[in-house]
Amino acid sequence: MTQLPQSTERKMGLVIDLDTCVGCHACVISCKGWNTENYGAPLSDQDAYGGNPSGTFLNRVHSYEVQPADGHAQLIHFPKSCLHCEDAPCVTVCPTGASYKRVEDGIVLVNESDCIGCGLCAWSCPYGARELDMAEGVMKKCTLCVDRIYNENLPEVDRVPSCVRTCPAGARHFGDLGDPDSDVSKLVAERDGMDLMPEMGTKPVNKYLPPRPKDTVEDQIDILAPLLAPVAEEPKGFLGWLDKTLEKI
Amino acid sequence: MHPAPSVIIFTTLSGLGFGLLFFLGLGQPAVTGFVAFVFYAIAYALAVGGLLASTFHLGHPERAWKAFTQWKSSWLSREGVCAVVALLVMGLYALGAVFMGSHWSLLGWIGALFSLATVFTTSMIYTQLKTIPRWNMELTPAMFLSFSLAGGALLSGAEALAPWLLAIAGAIQLAYWAKGDGAFARSGTTLGTATGLGVRGDVRAFEPPHTGTNYLLREFVHVVGRKHAQKLRMIAFALAFVLPLLLILIPASGVVIKHFLVLLAVASHLAGAMVSRWLFFAQAEHVVGLYYGKR
Repeated sequence: MTQLPQSTERKMGLVIDLDTCVGCHACVISCKGWNTENYGAPLSDQDAYGGNPSGTFLNRVHSYEVQPADGHAQLIHFPKSCLHCEDAPCVTVCPTGASYKRVEDGIVLVNESDCIGCGLCAWSCPYGARELDMAEGVMKKCTLCVDRIYNENLPEVDRVPSCVRTCPAGARHFGDLGDPDSDVSKLVAERDGMDLMPEMGTKPVNKYLPPRPKDTVEDQIDILAPLLAPVAEEPKGFLGWLDKTLEKI
Repeated sequence: MHPAPSVIIFTTLSGLGFGLLFFLGLGQPAVTGFVAFVFYAIAYALAVGGLLASTFHLGHPERAWKAFTQWKSSWLSREGVCAVVALLVMGLYALGAVFMGSHWSLLGWIGALFSLATVFTTSMIYTQLKTIPRWNMELTPAMFLSFSLAGGALLSGAEALAPWLLAIAGAIQLAYWAKGDGAFARSGTTLGTATGLGVRGDVRAFEPPHTGTNYLLREFVHVVGRKHAQKLRMIAFALAFVLPLLLILIPASGVVIKHFLVLLAVASHLAGAMVSRWLFFAQAEHVVGLYYGKR
């Protein structure tokens, strides 16, 4: 059913800390690994070992340079996957009912046996979160690792999305963003978590924590500076003669 | 956007076919017998051929029937429903005209209405997308409908109406181009809002996620051919509107010459519509390109 639910019981989602992300792409690899071997059609690659490789990924890490009005430029690594929007345009455009948002946890999923691969949901997504798999002909997207988070066969520590479990920097957090008392909600409140493209009206559940301001070195007293004044002595001997001679020419 | 030939062929041919069905449903021309058969054969070949072409870009065409189920929320689904209703109703109406020599006008009116509704729902598939500001305008359905009506009037031989409808469609086309050129800037979406980092300074895409290309870039970032956009616009406008207008306004005597000129006008209009539709896709910029530092 491609009508969106009025509200969802929980709003499961990710909080991504742009201050902490080191851009190692480990989340990209673990996502591809887990989601190729488990839920749904595998994430295929085309020409993987050839001259023009390309493939399906549910999570990609971009890197951006931000140049403030004054001060140094900053490099910010930027992981991006499905934001599990409350007002998800990808769900309502689907003609077959393959694309849906779950009432119990707000996760946006694709029923692959109903997907006709028309691509319209990917057209409607401003974030580039959906990719049509070239081998399978169906739309792939982040499932929040729906086959991990409720999986009682896994140790409890592993019942989080693969990207969150893998991140070596602790830049990715998973939880219920609909519950104001959850750890992720507190984190968002404390760090001014933000929405991507709020003007699109999609109301993303996933939040991004902006990088913390950089330290500045102005007004610092450098006690070593007087001792490190450059020593510029006049050259002597042959070099002195050469210097004087060349000056005269 | 990637200008997929299947979608360009689909929207232009089916637009023309449903435009012709609209006029036939209204009894213009009120043909019967073999002449009616020829008219309906042309209309159905265009409309059904276009619809079939649209299934070529699907990943799973065999499941296309499922697309009729979500008419409550999806414009693509509504388009499918409208198209099938229009074709069935107009099929019945055509049976009356071809074999019984009678026009069941109520049926014709309903068929005409659903024929126009099909074109409208097609246009809404594009218009609804906030992600593509150039499409997200009221002028998009206006353009699709005016093209369909002008083409339908030409094909059905509505001599009095065709010049006016061509002129209106031409004016809407110019307005669409003029307004569309500033649409992305007006949408307010930039790399700054896309990353949320715009408040901190100038944001520049430094490194893409992968060295190679991907589905998103192939589908949404199409820059080849944009540099010839102005020339192609002139070609589209001349072929779709100017030449057909001249051809049908030439005072000609004799049925054969007249039919030949109308045929030329239709061919020219269709070629122009295809160039225009190619530009419609090729010039459309999806906001996701911003994440890649592209448009």
